[in-house]
Amino acid sequence: MQSAIYEQLETLRENNVIALKNAKEAGQNIVGIYCLYAPAELIVAAGASPVVLCGTSQKPIPTAEQSLPRNLCPLIKSSYGFAVTDTCPFFHFADFIVAETTCDGKKKMFELMEEIKPMHLMQLPQIQDKESALAYWVKELEQLKTRLEKTFDVEITEQKLIDAIELLNDERRSLKELQDVCRHKPAPISGMKMLTVLHNRGFALDKRATIQLVDQLTAELTERIEQGISTLATDAPRILLTGVPVGLGSEKVVRIIEEAGGQVVCFESCGAYKKVEPVQQSDDTLRGIAESYLDIPCSCMSPNQGRYQLVSRLAKEFQADGVIDLTWQACHTYNIESFSLRKHVQQQTGLPFLQIETDYSESDSEQLKLRLEAFLELLAGR
Amino acid sequence: MTDITVGIDIGSTATKAVLVNDGQITAQVVIPSGWDPKQAGRDAYDALLQQSKLGETDVKAVVATGYGRISLPFADRRVTEVTCHGRGAEYMVPGSRLVVDIGGQDSKVIALDGRGNVTDFLMNDKCAAGTGRFLQVMAGVLDLTLDELGELALVSEPAVISSMCTVFAESEVIGLLARGTAKGAIAAGVVESIAKRLPTLVGRMPHTEAITFTGGLAGNSAICQRIEHSLGRQLQVPKLPQMAGAIGAALIGSDL
Repeated sequence: MQSAIYEQLETLRENNVIALKNAKEAGQNIVGIYCLYAPAELIVAAGASPVVLCGTSQKPIPTAEQSLPRNLCPLIKSSYGFAVTDTCPFFHFADFIVAETTCDGKKKMFELMEEIKPMHLMQLPQIQDKESALAYWVKELEQLKTRLEKTFDVEITEQKLIDAIELLNDERRSLKELQDVCRHKPAPISGMKMLTVLHNRGFALDKRATIQLVDQLTAELTERIEQGISTLATDAPRILLTGVPVGLGSEKVVRIIEEAGGQVVCFESCGAYKKVEPVQQSDDTLRGIAESYLDIPCSCMSPNQGRYQLVSRLAKEFQADGVIDLTWQACHTYNIESFSLRKHVQQQTGLPFLQIETDYSESDSEQLKLRLEAFLELLAGR
Repeated sequence: MTDITVGIDIGSTATKAVLVNDGQITAQVVIPSGWDPKQAGRDAYDALLQQSKLGETDVKAVVATGYGRISLPFADRRVTEVTCHGRGAEYMVPGSRLVVDIGGQDSKVIALDGRGNVTDFLMNDKCAAGTGRFLQVMAGVLDLTLDELGELALVSEPAVISSMCTVFAESEVIGLLARGTAKGAIAAGVVESIAKRLPTLVGRMPHTEAITFTGGLAGNSAICQRIEHSLGRQLQVPKLPQMAGAIGAALIGSDL
């Protein structure tokens, strides 16, 4: 696929490192975020730039293991490793970090990270349908708002919040439309390229420019569909990838699936289809934001019925041939949830289901190849 | 035109090859894989052709499987051992619904649709625990061949070996020997430790009355007995348990 727009998105991360340095020197405030639960609307409304922090590479993990246990999720180790080795420019330039108590591993790691960088820890409830959980989460948002106002000496007005909601809803719309092009059979873009765009856009400072770029790519891909052009095999088994967050550096499973002739057409994961719904207009703006974020179907929630429903719905809508559930090693919540998700998916869709448990290293690539190839053979034989 | 196909299964320990002529196995070869899987595949193929008094041009298709499948340049197709084992098990034990295969470096549980097509599978492939390699290492410590280990295990009460890790279990066995524990009891304990691991894998798959047991270890009756006991289900051991992957590969070749 030759595309000048894609090439721009492919180099977005590198180019933004320089943009970040320049912006910082020009006085721009930067807030680093790790997780989908970080309410970016508040950060934008405070006039600061929310940037996604590094945590998808194996590289800093050996250093992280000098402080953290080896038997810990690679995403947590990588995030901490980048911080402690000061090799993530986005972490380096951030004024402070917004962190959440999503899982046990993360919250204890954040206690260590706090010694390196100022941090605002949000206490995330673990249930979604209780009024008390929402009230609690609204309070957490209020505290973040106060922290932002104090740190950056600004007032987050109602209008600023409304504008921020509008901007970030537009970003969600644009990312959803991009991912929706893969509903078409055959998909006009590979899963690896889709992941590259989804990953890189999180590092962009200029949200409006990035939305425009993504929209241009979507338009280009839609045109290809209309013209019947596809560089991808029409009979490739279509995979819905669900589970833990994936990004560049931790794309091993996506790469192996596609090298073996499969195609990842949908990512039910953070930074992809896990949150594409807009924040609803509400008389109580902060509560509206809180509600929208609390709905995220992450495995740290209990129960987490929303994820089961989302996965089976997406499997149908994206015409998936099989579902692969990716679990990072020692991620208890996704690992345990896989058992119930398998049952749900098989009952609701009848689709074959494969769970893969791995880390960022290449040490099990050969074994993974065997499993993923066998799974694709199983799909091809149906 | 006759339908002659060859399946070559290059495993971590042994390379197995079969020649199938019109749905019948007419020749088979087992040689050690050694350090060069490519050469092992070539040698097995040559031996098979020689045995059958055939030339390469008589063969319609060669299908390679096993971990060495990627290194066989003359293969017409490469198929994973999961798919091949399913097909091979169906050929030898028609109607198989669940296959347990213990290979040299992994163990697999494969669910089938009753016609040889894989519907689901699970693998223990993270380390050597519960695999043929585990047994080989332990037999080495006890200075026994695999057959001798099986025979001894059959007539002894098992000693407890609790380590799953091959390296730790080896130290544990050395410790037991130092304490004067009988060789037979250790041999039985080693076999028991493999058998005890299987219910975890098998329990995650749909329940079936019988299980087809393939892989080189299935030729060892002590191991079969212990596994049957541990799973509480009847094991069906095909005539050529070690050849299931190669047979499946050859059969897939005739579909090409």
